Amino acid sequence: MSNELNFLTEQARRGRLSRRDFLGRAMALGMALPFASSVFAEAVSGTPIKGGLLKAGMQGGSSTDSLDPASWTSQVQFMFGKSWGECLTNVAPNGDLVPRLAEEVSSSADAKTWTFKLRQGVLFHNGQEMTAADVVATLERHSDEASESGALGIMRGLADIRTNGKYEVVVTTTEANADLPYLFSDYHLMIQPNGGKDAPDAGIGTGPYKVTEFEPGVRHSAERFEDYWNLDEWGHAAEIEITVINDPTARMAALQSGQVHMINRVEPRVVDMVKRLANIEVHNVSGPAHYCFPMHCDTAPFSNNDLRMALKLAMNREDMVERILRGYGSVGNDFPINGAYPLAPTDIPQREFDPDQARFLYERSGHSGPVVLRTSDVAFPGAVDAAQLYQQTCAQAGINLEIVRSPGDGYWSDVWNKEPFCASYWSGRPTQDQMYSTGYVSGADWNDTRFFNEQFDQLAVQARGELDQGKRALMYHDMAMILRDEGGLLLPMFNDYIEAHNNQVQGWVDHPQFEMMSGFALSRCWLSA
Amino acid sequence: MKLPNNPLANIPIAALIGLILTTLFVVAAVFAPWIAPYSLSESVGDMWESSSAVHWLGTDNLGRDLFSRLLYGARTTMTIAALATALAFSLGSILGILAAVLGGWADQLMSRTIDLLMSIPTLIFALVVLSVMPSTTIILVLVMGILDSTRVYRIARAVAVDINVQDFVEAARLRGEGRVWIIFREILPNALSPLVAELGLRFIFAVLFLSSLSFLGLGVQPPEADWGSMVRENRQGIVFGVPAALIPAGAIALLAISVNLVADWVLRRTTDLKGGRSG
Amino acid sequence: MNLIVARLIAQRLALGLLLLFAVSILIFVGTMMLPGDVAQAILGQSATDQAVANLRAELGLNDPAWMRYLDWLGGILTGDLGTSLSNGQSIADSLLGRAGNTFFLAFWTALIAVPMAILLGLLAVRYQNRWPDRVISGATLTTISLPDFFIGYLLIYFVAVKLGWFPSVSTVYDGMPFVERMRAIALPAFTLTLIILAHMMRMTRAAILNVMQSAYIETAELKGLGGLKIIWRHAFPNSVAPVINVVMINLAFLVVGVVVIEVIFVYPGMGQYLIDHVAKRDVPVVQACGLIFATVYIGLNLIADVVSILSNPRLRHPK
Repeated sequence: MSNELNFLTEQARRGRLSRRDFLGRAMALGMALPFASSVFAEAVSGTPIKGGLLKAGMQGGSSTDSLDPASWTSQVQFMFGKSWGECLTNVAPNGDLVPRLAEEVSSSADAKTWTFKLRQGVLFHNGQEMTAADVVATLERHSDEASESGALGIMRGLADIRTNGKYEVVVTTTEANADLPYLFSDYHLMIQPNGGKDAPDAGIGTGPYKVTEFEPGVRHSAERFEDYWNLDEWGHAAEIEITVINDPTARMAALQSGQVHMINRVEPRVVDMVKRLANIEVHNVSGPAHYCFPMHCDTAPFSNNDLRMALKLAMNREDMVERILRGYGSVGNDFPINGAYPLAPTDIPQREFDPDQARFLYERSGHSGPVVLRTSDVAFPGAVDAAQLYQQTCAQAGINLEIVRSPGDGYWSDVWNKEPFCASYWSGRPTQDQMYSTGYVSGADWNDTRFFNEQFDQLAVQARGELDQGKRALMYHDMAMILRDEGGLLLPMFNDYIEAHNNQVQGWVDHPQFEMMSGFALSRCWLSA
Repeated sequence: MKLPNNPLANIPIAALIGLILTTLFVVAAVFAPWIAPYSLSESVGDMWESSSAVHWLGTDNLGRDLFSRLLYGARTTMTIAALATALAFSLGSILGILAAVLGGWADQLMSRTIDLLMSIPTLIFALVVLSVMPSTTIILVLVMGILDSTRVYRIARAVAVDINVQDFVEAARLRGEGRVWIIFREILPNALSPLVAELGLRFIFAVLFLSSLSFLGLGVQPPEADWGSMVRENRQGIVFGVPAALIPAGAIALLAISVNLVADWVLRRTTDLKGGRSG
Repeated sequence: MNLIVARLIAQRLALGLLLLFAVSILIFVGTMMLPGDVAQAILGQSATDQAVANLRAELGLNDPAWMRYLDWLGGILTGDLGTSLSNGQSIADSLLGRAGNTFFLAFWTALIAVPMAILLGLLAVRYQNRWPDRVISGATLTTISLPDFFIGYLLIYFVAVKLGWFPSVSTVYDGMPFVERMRAIALPAFTLTLIILAHMMRMTRAAILNVMQSAYIETAELKGLGGLKIIWRHAFPNSVAPVINVVMINLAFLVVGVVVIEVIFVYPGMGQYLIDHVAKRDVPVVQACGLIFATVYIGLNLIADVVSILSNPRLRHPK
């Protein structure tokens, strides 16, 4: 590159040149437009700019929220948490495991003993050094039988957790588990001083930001932790702030009027209109999250597989994706796995809308009278609408679907996992094993389809301990087929995460695992000057 | 007291407009299945199409014909709102006036019970009702009617207490008229104008209240929808200039204005009824 | 103030305490009747049975209901609102901030809306059935029949997004300068004003029209008084009773009924706070909010009754 171009690039990096000025002058120097454009993008987003107040407006906060990671259930808590706390491991956007507080992870040949070598010299916000004792205490707190942690489910099966010197932790499991390091990227498992046993909601961690303000359901703010171990890549903005804006229209208005820099959960219906706005960039990221209608396989009339199959065939999936997601998603195939997972089966035929076959199976099932589907606006965005569309296609197959709209209040405790047929969603899990063992094996904590299949359970255990990826993939293929053809899951669509930010925000990288760059948006992005 | 020979003879133009519009709304509601070009639930186009020869008012958030939904919505909306308002009114005004006439501990008991009813947050009230009773239209009307009657009661009692101490009521008492006679012949006619004004507004509040209760799952179940819920369904389009929410909202406003034009007219006629000068 | 009024106030305050007690029992029983429990609600969809059982034990939910109620009552009587079950925060601290915000917004809205409604009502009577009356009636009827979120969105779109005059996010916090705070509540206050204006205005109009037919108004007119003066001096004082009741109903609405406006404008008031805690079945917080709401209703109804009596000489000095 010529000196002049270097100078221009440097100017752009410092934010002294607008994109248009840069392109104009670069092309005057004889550079082609696409190339100039990418040089500019790299110059601007390549070097993070330190400083400023980065603000997010987010859905999913409540005045009952707490800073105790064990109690987190919603995206505001976990996004703020990922700014002030850290886990042992992270999952990268491409699905790879990357070290965070653990520098190195290794396992014994039988995948039952795992050694985590910790990063040295990492400080908590209170000035203490993070050591193996803190990690062990954290893991203990979440796996303790008396624990109230949301991570209790995934911590089962740990036989022993112990320190090995100041910077090493050894974990043994009762059964082989090839996915264990993935589990430790769970956001509940933020490492806290003494595991948070003394003050679980103190909000003290090792993350790039330290908590300055915590008003549950209203506003959370934090300032950069100057002793953070990796300020080159994290913690660019001097301060960050999350404002809880649960109303989608208000959220969009706040972004448009510049009161926040980024928002989550843009409604699919308005995306096309938002894309026309200047200064706003919309990201839709396809991930493992899906909208579904679980049926209880052990409750009449859903105990009849003909009826279940009829209901699956009476679903017009393409139309759902088109009308409910406005195309920002993909059709489901009645098993909860898609391309976002490692080793996902690829050759399973797509189930299509087939009212005639549905009618045939429905009549063969011998059921008569209405089939009741419960839905609510909180089940997933557009759940009430989706139920109405489904009611239409069911009618084409001669199935009388009755919709009951339940109050959002108490939906997750009284309707979901209690009523035999309702609307629901899953945000997905990092691995297939975790998804199946959380929701579909016989002993799963949230077996919301009441699916009890011995062959399926055996395959799950085998696959978990299998280190040969080829064999493992075959087992997952078989599991998907069983669930698809015999299970109680009606899964019409995988929904994209749709989020937006204004053009001041730089460094955004889509992350398929979860929304807002898997919760890292505030600690990884920066503001252009 | 005398009535003019033909009450519709010199009806003012505003009231006439109100009457015509209200009648139109009622006709639309009654004959919805025959007038509506499409069904209430079928998706017949793309989302939020603008108005065209095929879809006069465009389509809604699921691509359903807005005009047809508006017609069907008129049924639910007006029936439930009218029933609830009627209940709220008869209950509220009769109890309110009774409390004023009886006075003493009866008044105290009724008034404090009303205080108690008003004090319970609506959300909790509605959720409790939902959890113990079936979610039907009748329950919905009862809940709306009873909650609204507390407000009517407060106003009716306040007005009636004032009238109860007027000379002509005293005179009637001295003449030995019974309580029922006093309530219906003396107090009610004189309390009517504030009550009628309240009636016109209560009806509108009922239309709006209905949508929030439907949203909670009490009463109207999808795909049926009342007008307030139709505004809610299409609200995401408001800030992008999509008229789908504006149309049901406009319908509510138009209904509000026409009902209140009629109420105003009745108001003038009730003030005439009391005698004195002719208006 | 005379003896009758003083006695009434004393009597009603005593009864008020009794009512608050009754309200607290009703709310407690009500929340008990709702399906779902606090432990399940707090831990959410992803909680295991084990975790729920552990939390139940820790929160003392295994005690019988009456015992929990008495515990709570004992706390209240000694001035202790307790701590929130869901996040362990002190209820007094968090609720006071929220309640303060709610009353702040309600106060400024009322300060604009009530005088404006009465003035508009007087004007409507003065120009009855002429164009000012029609314009006032038509405009207020339109704003009242639009759902609250609709008005809110329109104002956000035009005033905040297009014109940029006021922020659409009205989050207020401690230590916010007064001017900033007023700017923040501008849009919600304006929205609420539009919502409550019509009701008070129309009742003022109707109540005054009701007394305009009386003989003494005729006398006043014969004395040569004209227009607004008659209405203000002679008709309005005699129509206060229904108007004050409607005003009180609307003031109560400003305190207890503005949750939608709070959500749209992201205003940290009590409405959203109550809904969040009802969703979590966090009984002590719901109880505390319920008591504040009940106090508002009981207090405002008392004020309405006292003003009604004071405004009517026959009630003030009964025979």
